[in-house]
Amino acid sequence: MSSPTKPTRTRSSRHTTSGGKDAGTSSAGPLGGDLLGRLLRSRDTHMSVVLVAVILLASWMVPRFLQARTMTFLLMDVVAILLMALPMTLVMVAADIDLSVASTAGLSSAALGVMVEGGVPFWAAIGVCLVIGVACGAFNGVMTAYVGLPALAVTIGTLALYRGLALVVIGDRAVANFPEWATGFVTSTIGGTGIPWISIPLALIVLLFWLLLHRTPWGRQVFALGHSLEAARFVGIDTRRTRALALVLSGLMASVAGIFWTLRYSSARSDNAEGLELTVIAAIVFGGVSVFGGKGSIWGSVCGVFTVGVINYALRLDRVPDVVLVTITGLLLIFSVVAPSLVDAWKQWRHRAKVAARAAAPTPRTGAASA
Amino acid sequence: MSLTKRGSIAALAAFSLAATMALAACSGATGSGPASGAASGDSTAGGSSAAADPAMAEQTITFIPKQLNNPYTDVVLGGGKKGAEEIGFAQANVVGPLEASASSQVSFINAETQAGTNVIVLAANDPDAVCPALEEARKGGAKIVTFDSDTNPKCRDLFISQVVAKDVAKVQVQMISEQIGGEGDIAILSATANATNQNEWIKYMEEELASNPEYSKIKIVAKVYGDDDDTKSFQEAQGLMQANPNLKGIISPTTVGIAATARYLSTSEYKGKVALTGLGLPNEMRSFVKDGTVKEFALWDPAQLGYLASYAGKALAAGRIEGKVGDTFAAGELGERTVEDGGIVIVGEPVRFNKDNIDKYDF
Repeated sequence: MSSPTKPTRTRSSRHTTSGGKDAGTSSAGPLGGDLLGRLLRSRDTHMSVVLVAVILLASWMVPRFLQARTMTFLLMDVVAILLMALPMTLVMVAADIDLSVASTAGLSSAALGVMVEGGVPFWAAIGVCLVIGVACGAFNGVMTAYVGLPALAVTIGTLALYRGLALVVIGDRAVANFPEWATGFVTSTIGGTGIPWISIPLALIVLLFWLLLHRTPWGRQVFALGHSLEAARFVGIDTRRTRALALVLSGLMASVAGIFWTLRYSSARSDNAEGLELTVIAAIVFGGVSVFGGKGSIWGSVCGVFTVGVINYALRLDRVPDVVLVTITGLLLIFSVVAPSLVDAWKQWRHRAKVAARAAAPTPRTGAASA
Repeated sequence: MSLTKRGSIAALAAFSLAATMALAACSGATGSGPASGAASGDSTAGGSSAAADPAMAEQTITFIPKQLNNPYTDVVLGGGKKGAEEIGFAQANVVGPLEASASSQVSFINAETQAGTNVIVLAANDPDAVCPALEEARKGGAKIVTFDSDTNPKCRDLFISQVVAKDVAKVQVQMISEQIGGEGDIAILSATANATNQNEWIKYMEEELASNPEYSKIKIVAKVYGDDDDTKSFQEAQGLMQANPNLKGIISPTTVGIAATARYLSTSEYKGKVALTGLGLPNEMRSFVKDGTVKEFALWDPAQLGYLASYAGKALAAGRIEGKVGDTFAAGELGERTVEDGGIVIVGEPVRFNKDNIDKYDF
């Protein structure tokens, strides 16, 4: 058992020096001579290629995909997922996870409904919803980073807790009387282009998160503690605050997603956005975020979300049953997690075979077969 | 080294995506099978006067149920497809979410809008969440028919409703009266104490018993609630027997309650002595009807719901009606139907199931 793991370790240590940078962090690298090469090698580039390929395939194979309407409907379908995926990228790069995002969205949706129904001014209600989101995230953050419980356990708990609170807040009713200008704005498009207005603030939010993760010291801290919590602590990073902050951001954005969801469907219900957390995680893992932390990028996540969105939309447009759709999403996810390990394993096998073959010439005792 | 590694991942990913897309294209083609129904429309129509309508040969209809893979929904959709085939729609599709959440239907409606579907038949999970999407579909020229569960009335053309609450109550009172010989103590075993449907029916039952002189000798002595839980309903039935020795009959206006009560009665000394009726599913009640525990019970025929929705869609798409009160249209073997207040079309009276006809139904 121990002899096969030994070469693995030497391989992976070589990887961090030669190819480790390619894991989506290339954009943050110094302007070296091999910038172009590194760009071509990066996961971001590959994800962009995959996204473009999927769009081309869909346009080619699915009738009606090439319509302005596709842009409207597809973007609208993707917004809530993307809003949650951005902070989730930070959380997962920091080697944590937040399973409570969809429930937080449900809770703010329920709260928004009850407040608007009760006559609270619209903007005040929005403000309260954002505070609820921050509070939900802060609770996750404190329990995870300060109390020291695993994020998985904490957020599985709050997944149920926040959904339960949503039910307490609104019960099994649905509130639908939102101001028409608000629901109208959320679903309106820019002129005849089919691009929803909402995509402008959305693009800004994406840019902000990209700057935050890839262009600030705080972003570097997130990567550092995702790679190794111990090492990050030794170099003086306040790991607790950094982890907690990522979870707070996640809560805040989840409530933004909840508000969007409520206005888009003009319906506040306790079961809004139910199950969306898995879609979010699947999309960003597909986009290159490592489930073990330390790897990932905003652009990769954006591509992941859109790729999954395009596949879903195209298949649905083709009236493919949802059972098939769910299966495909699941397979994609497993594939994107397993593929790198498979390729690694194959490389190691080849490397070992080569080493063994070389070694086999002078000393016939260590046969290639044993490798 | 690293370049080839990442490159191969991308290649594999692209390949898998291509494969899934190809798969999608295949299943998409097989999914539109009912198109052949247009040709065979005449033969399937059977004795009814509705032959395949040439005006419909260019039109498409899509059913969007609350969720797929639900036995009740399958029966409704079966009726819908039968109707669509008789009418001769160029295409009849069924799409829908796996879970009945508020917003899950929106992207399906959007896809149908893009497909230019002429008639969308929808059982809404939420009356308002689907509205903007339906508005968009209508702008594109689609006619919207809701069935089973309505949307906000301003977002659709017609709503096909199973039955009138009063008729459901009346038929149950009539059945129990027939079975106990027009006199004696009866009890009601309902779902939950605040179930909207059941309470409405019970209210009408009480009214009917009080106002109709035919039923003057029938008295409701107890109302119990099984919470639509099999075990609790079973125990409540047991309790009713012990507490009311003179009980002649039980009405259970809920499928769970009637099945549990029948199970209790069939193994007790009261089998065949205490009458049981109400609303039940033929498949669940078949054995109790055959062994004599239950003489007759009722339920609307879910297949007729889908069937009527298809015909309502046809009338709208052909421009024969606009969905206004008083509009009438032909509905195949169901005959003529009239649009009532609020753009509602009623399927008809509940069907009564007994040992003579129960084998004809499979739901």
